[in-house]
Amino acid sequence: MKKNTALNIVLVVIFAVICFLILLPFYAITLASFKPGEELIRYGLNLKLDFSVMSLDNFVFLFTGDHAYFTWFFNSLLLTVVQVVLTLLVSATVAYGFAAYDFKGKNILFICVLLIMMVPFEILLLPLYTLTFNLGMMNSYSAIILPGIANAATIFFFRQYLSGIPKEIIASGRVDGASEYGIYARLILPVMKPSFAAMAILNGMNSWNNFLWPFMVLSDSHKYTLPIGLKTLLTPYGNNYDLLIVGSFFSILPIFILFVAFQKYFIDGMTAGAVKG
Amino acid sequence: MIKRFIYSQKVAPYVFVFPFVAIFLVFWVYPLLSSFGMSFQHVTLGQEAEWTGMDNYQKLMGDGVFLKSIGNSALYMVLTLVILIPFPMLLAVLINNKWMWGREFFKSAFFFPALTSVVVAGTIFRLMFGEMEGSLINSVLGVFGIEPVKFLKGHLTGFVALLALATWRWTGVNILYFLSGLKNIPEEYYEAASIDGASAFQKFTRITMPLLKPTTIYVLTISIYAGLAMFIESLMLWNGNNSPKNIGLTIVGYLYRQGIEKNNLGYAAAVGIVLLAVTMIINLTQLAFSGMFKKED
Repeated sequence: MKKNTALNIVLVVIFAVICFLILLPFYAITLASFKPGEELIRYGLNLKLDFSVMSLDNFVFLFTGDHAYFTWFFNSLLLTVVQVVLTLLVSATVAYGFAAYDFKGKNILFICVLLIMMVPFEILLLPLYTLTFNLGMMNSYSAIILPGIANAATIFFFRQYLSGIPKEIIASGRVDGASEYGIYARLILPVMKPSFAAMAILNGMNSWNNFLWPFMVLSDSHKYTLPIGLKTLLTPYGNNYDLLIVGSFFSILPIFILFVAFQKYFIDGMTAGAVKG
Repeated sequence: MIKRFIYSQKVAPYVFVFPFVAIFLVFWVYPLLSSFGMSFQHVTLGQEAEWTGMDNYQKLMGDGVFLKSIGNSALYMVLTLVILIPFPMLLAVLINNKWMWGREFFKSAFFFPALTSVVVAGTIFRLMFGEMEGSLINSVLGVFGIEPVKFLKGHLTGFVALLALATWRWTGVNILYFLSGLKNIPEEYYEAASIDGASAFQKFTRITMPLLKPTTIYVLTISIYAGLAMFIESLMLWNGNNSPKNIGLTIVGYLYRQGIEKNNLGYAAAVGIVLLAVTMIINLTQLAFSGMFKKED
């Protein structure tokens, strides 16, 4: 296609309209975070820019008020960091096993990896719930972290990445007398570093936003993660909008900042599955 | 001796993949089998289970609420496919050029919604689709002289809200999927078609669509799965698992209600097995029809 100003304008207008619609909910929640919750209950979520009712009160309450928001926030942060580090290490190790060796049962095992991506995790919720209950692991973070530690999509991505690394590295390592594990730890892991960023972000985002399984496992409100905590602010007996709205707004911020800083890795991570190897 | 064994080149691969095997057996195979077993039993947490054969499945077939939840999930899946495949594909084709103003900005902006958790996004949409006159959507409708709508009280209007949420969250992601597929189509094809005098529409239907097939199949597969397994969107929009007349109840929602809320684990397991079967059948049929199982050339 040639450069064409008229076409360009038409395209930009179309995309600007869609973009406006997509950003509208963000604008609405940002606006609402400056208004008292009472306003929201009385008039609904709207786009009225009324400075007479807007203030920083909600933000003051968020940072100084008597509530568990930052306990949830740091729980989420801790859980996300631990989960990402463990998932990346375990998945990379498994992927290396698949990529570097030929061994009996390799194909069947790899089909299992693909199968995991096809089975809805939701149907495992109840048996996992009873298993966790029977193991006495209810209300613990390990029950949340462990099932996801060998993440199928991450293994798949790392294996693809490793298949592009020359086998000579491994061979030369063996000539130098390094052990199989030494080769992985000292020669391969450093080369894999660039691929870690995309997967760290993908897993981090999933973990930060993860809701259903942690919601079923955790019952102690001191252990709640952010999405669970926010959900508890909505009750059948009336909603704590003052904290809910500003808290929701603030929970998006860390991911937004990461996204703006590491956009390329977000996109690589999200589209990893769709690129055929 | 043991050290030599573990360090040998034959054993090392098994050591590397061991974590996967362990997790797979404990957290996938075992739960799947136990779910299957539970579906033939009457199970309550902390009590002795009791075999009841096909009872759970027989009851399910006559359970109106369950059938309604299947209908809702199926409808949701079909509608998300209808919206979230053609439009993102078209938008990806439109934005896939080097000269459009602000294309990088649009791509990022479209992706923003995917960064939010369903809890936060659901809360925002619940409020936007509130029934008050001043709620966002109703205030827009008011401009056109339309009376305020109680969105979350009606089946049709409730689905409008659900689909708006899904479209908002996934359009940008699907655009990215299609863009990564478009990257693999050689520019020369289009140049050759131009020389032969093909119109833009012909290029789209004869070159772009066929060559995007692998990407489309991927998006289709994950969308079928995500559509049938949808739950939290509904949970957040209706602020709980109980929507009026179950208009927002999904299969997983029913599984959750029976299993967790009513502690009727055997019955819920049967719901899960039906969901697994339906998902597998639809996806395998779809993959077979699109020729995924044929030898690739």
